[in-house]
Formats: sequence, C-alpha cells, structure tokens
Amino acid sequence: MSDLLLLPEHRYAKVIEQTRNEDGSELSILNLGPTHPATHGIFQNILLMDGEKILDAEPTIGYIHRAFEKIAENRPFYQVNVLTDRMNYCSSPINNMAWWMTVEKLLEIEVPKRAQYLRVIVMELARITDHLICNSILGVDTGAYTGFLYVFQFREKVYEIYEEICGARLTTNMGRIGGFERDWSEAAFKKLDTFLTDFPVAWKEFENLFERNRIFIDRTVNVGPITAEKAMQYGLTGPNLRAAGIDYDVRKAQPYSSYEDFEFDVPVGKSGDTYDRFCVRNAEVWESLSIIKQALAKLPEGPIHADVPDYYLPPKEDVYHNMESLIYHFKIVMGEVPVPVAEIYHPVEGGNGELGFYLITDGSRTPYRLHFRRPCFIYYQAYTEMIKGGMLSDAIVILSSLNVIAGELDA
Amino acid sequence: MALETAYIQEKMTQKFGNKVLNFSMSRDVFSFEATSDAIYEVIRTLKTEEDLNFHFLTDLCGVHYPDNDENHQFAVVYHLHNWVENVRIRITTYLNGENPEVHSMTDLFLCTNWMERETFDFYGINFIGHPQLKRILNMDEMVSHPMRKEFPMEDSGRTDKDDRFFGRTAQKI
Repeated sequence: MSDLLLLPEHRYAKVIEQTRNEDGSELSILNLGPTHPATHGIFQNILLMDGEKILDAEPTIGYIHRAFEKIAENRPFYQVNVLTDRMNYCSSPINNMAWWMTVEKLLEIEVPKRAQYLRVIVMELARITDHLICNSILGVDTGAYTGFLYVFQFREKVYEIYEEICGARLTTNMGRIGGFERDWSEAAFKKLDTFLTDFPVAWKEFENLFERNRIFIDRTVNVGPITAEKAMQYGLTGPNLRAAGIDYDVRKAQPYSSYEDFEFDVPVGKSGDTYDRFCVRNAEVWESLSIIKQALAKLPEGPIHADVPDYYLPPKEDVYHNMESLIYHFKIVMGEVPVPVAEIYHPVEGGNGELGFYLITDGSRTPYRLHFRRPCFIYYQAYTEMIKGGMLSDAIVILSSLNVIAGELDA
Repeated sequence: MALETAYIQEKMTQKFGNKVLNFSMSRDVFSFEATSDAIYEVIRTLKTEEDLNFHFLTDLCGVHYPDNDENHQFAVVYHLHNWVENVRIRITTYLNGENPEVHSMTDLFLCTNWMERETFDFYGINFIGHPQLKRILNMDEMVSHPMRKEFPMEDSGRTDKDDRFFGRTAQKI
C-alpha cells in the first residue's frame, strides 16, 4: 500500500520525461481509484497512458486489510467462521462451509449425508449469486443497466432463503462444526422451490440480452485475453481459468461434501477473454441449478449434524435442564475442546476460484497458523498484463469480468 | 500410471541426498522438508521434470515458530499441484531466525510475486532475487512484521483469552 501521491522519483515520471511521441505529444499518468464508482471496490491503479491507451499499470492493494490471519490465531475454531464470510462476501456460505469442512477434516468428523447435501445446495446458491452479480455488473459497465436490474431481484430471493436457514443475509455465519445449527424450515424449501421455478426464466432472458448482443460482443470479445499457459503461471483458478480452456474444477478434482454424487459439466472457454469469462459463468449458473435440483431430489432424511458433543453446541433447552449438555456448552463456548496436532490443507471451489484453508494446529484452543488461499489475491496479479495495450474503458470491463472481490483480495 | 508418493521420494532423495528429509503423508497431502539452500532447485525439479510435472503453485505462506532452535525459527510452506495426475504436494523449508532469507520463486511461477511480498510484509522473510520486494497489504511506513508471534494483537492487559486459565500451557501471545 503506497504511492498514493506520485513522487517525482516514481518510475513513470522518468519514463514520461524520457519518452516523446513523434507528434510531440506526451505520455500521461492517470490515477484510477482507490475509490472510483466504476471499480466496485477499493482498487487503486496508477496507469501510464499514451492518450487513451494503457502502456503500464501499477496496482496498489491493501486498503481494507483487516488482519484476519492474525485475528484467527487468537480465536477458538468456531469463532474463526465469522472472519471467513467477510472475505468473499458475494458468496459467504461457500467460505463458511469451507471452514467447517477444514475443521472437520482436522477432527476427522464424518458429516451425515443430509447435511452434506444441504451444504451442496447452499453452496451452489451462493455460486449462483456470485456469478449473477459478476455478470450483471459486467453488463452495467458496458452500458446495459437493464440486465442487472432484472436479475438482481433474484439475489434478494436467495438472501431470503439464507435468512430462513440461518437468520442472516450477507455475512451468514452459517452452519456449525459437524453440520447445520438447525434443520431447514419448510419455508426455506418453499422459497427454494419458488426460486428454482422463477429464476431460470429470468436467467435465460438475461443470457439472450447479452450473448448475441452486438454492442456487448464488440466491448468484450478479445478484450483482456489470457493464454492457458499464462493463466497457470499467474495462478488463475475458477471460471477465469476455465475461460482460458483448462477444465480444472476442485469439485471434480477433489470432491468434497458429496459432490461426487451429482452429475454436472465443467464449462470451459477458449480464448480466456472477457466474453469467454462471461459465458463460462453463465453456463456454470445452469450447472449449479442442475446440482441443486439433483440434491433436492435425492435429499436423504436423517440428522443434520454429526454426533460430536465435544464440538457441536447442544440445544439450548438441554443446556438449562441437563447437566451434561451444560458442561459441553460451557467447554465449547470457552474454546476448551480437544484438538489434534496436525497440518491441513482443504480446498473448495469458491465463487471465483480455488479457496483453500491451510491450517496448522498445536493442540491449543486456537489455530497456530491459518493461511487463507484467496483466489483473487493471486490472480489479480495478472490484471496488469491483461490491460496493457488496451483502452481505459477496457480496463474497467476486464476488472469486472475477473470478479475481484475487495474483501477477499485484502483479507 | 498414477504418480506414486514413493516414486517422488525416491527421485528427490536420489537427486538431493540429505537436503530433503522427513517425508511423510500428512493427512491427504504428501509432504517433506527441504533445506533452504536447496529449496529453489527442489521446486524447479518438481516443476520441470516431466514425470513429476508439478506445474501449478497453489499456495505459498510463512510460519513463525519462536520456540524452535535458531535455525528453525521461520518456515516457508509451498503447496504444489499436478493437475494431470491430480496430486498435491507440500514442501516446507525452515529458515534462520536472525536472518531469514530464501531464494525467490518468481522466475519459476509468476504468481509467487505477491505471495512472497505478502510473506515478506508479515514475517520479514527476505526473498533473494525478487523483482520488487516491498510491503503489499500494510503501509510502507510500518516497521514491524505483524504476523510474528511476538507482535501483540490486542490489549496485552486482557486476560480472558489466555490459555493458562484453561489448563493449557501453550502461550500464544
């Protein structure tokens, strides 16, 4: 985090001094961000420009760094969950579930099938909202506001489903070690059904608005392309990688939470440009919808959490009337739970890439070290190279299409 | 043919002898240690040898172990992934506490650029050969490296989060 004020010794100042265009015009510097309505988050880029063409860029990040890794080293395991949903806040349930699965891997807890399927449903809902925001905002940045207004109400519908499940909307703090805090209410399933009937209609129309739209194609095709080789070098994962033609998806490569029970395709693009990223996300929404339908159809009956009294909070009525429950409740709340010494890496397919938790424990009540592999922190490095040679308006479109979430970028 | 962990181990010990050690299956990820003078060559071999082909660097991060001996005060942990065989691997290298430095991986994997800057920012680990080693998430004026264990997170007078009161000896802050 630096260079808010451009110092005279900045490397671009020297470049400008030394370069003269043939027609006598000068290069210029443009400070894009940190707060700019078109960047959807706090990103600063110092651009070296020749007219409207970008020659070089220097991104500065860290404006909303909140030291989550340090905080996590000082909190019991169940309190770390609230940090995770503040990272990628467009798909917080995925982060929540990823954290619980990491802890369950550490404690070797087997989660009942019903809870696993419910997790899959809520994670795919989160993926839909994530892609929905990203693609509709990309539309807004190319000048098409209608599509955004049209599909955005469905994010609201999904948030209502979250509300039924856990009581919260944006920062969900959903689930517990071993499963869910309570079974889903009938209203939740009803709202889910309504969503599953109404949303595909709207999404189809959204697709029709954009995918064959001349203006949209002109603005996005061959804008910010990246080759498969470069994408791997820059550590791209998720839809951005698949748009470049590599079919790597954590749900297929390392299935977690019973993803192996469902049939779905991994859509891939070809050129890795903005249009391909848009199309891959569109296609993934259809796959997510199909996974949700399969999970609902196959949803088994049974408990919604594993029988692990050492880690799973007992029902409140029991705490008041049952000595054992009171003891467990006290121990869990005080963070006094047995934890093995281990090193765990657990990846999941997040909304924008491989989200990984690298956890080291030393047997105490808090993680010894917790590192978040935040996908957009890693792939945002490729942004500079993608916008070089493009126009300023392309830079805005590319940034939206990469789905960089400021909260995750800065952790 | 699937890539066997025994094969990786054999291949690495053949080439690096006692500079690679402690091979083990840590839950679902095969992991080992490499000395800090050999780590660059180890990663380069893992990436470039065709039959190993660990072409994707998933993650890089630092760890601080203040209770270890002088030469094991810091660790840098690399996670590599071979997508073709779908095998993950974890390599840890321990660094000296006085002068933690290790060779940069930026010429092997472009994505390590910011990850190494982050590790430098939070742990003060010096990556030799890094093109632009400066702070990334914290402000440039900061003098300390906040993820080190001696760096206090909150009011040091606060005792309600102290392990000693829960019958444990591990002292975190």
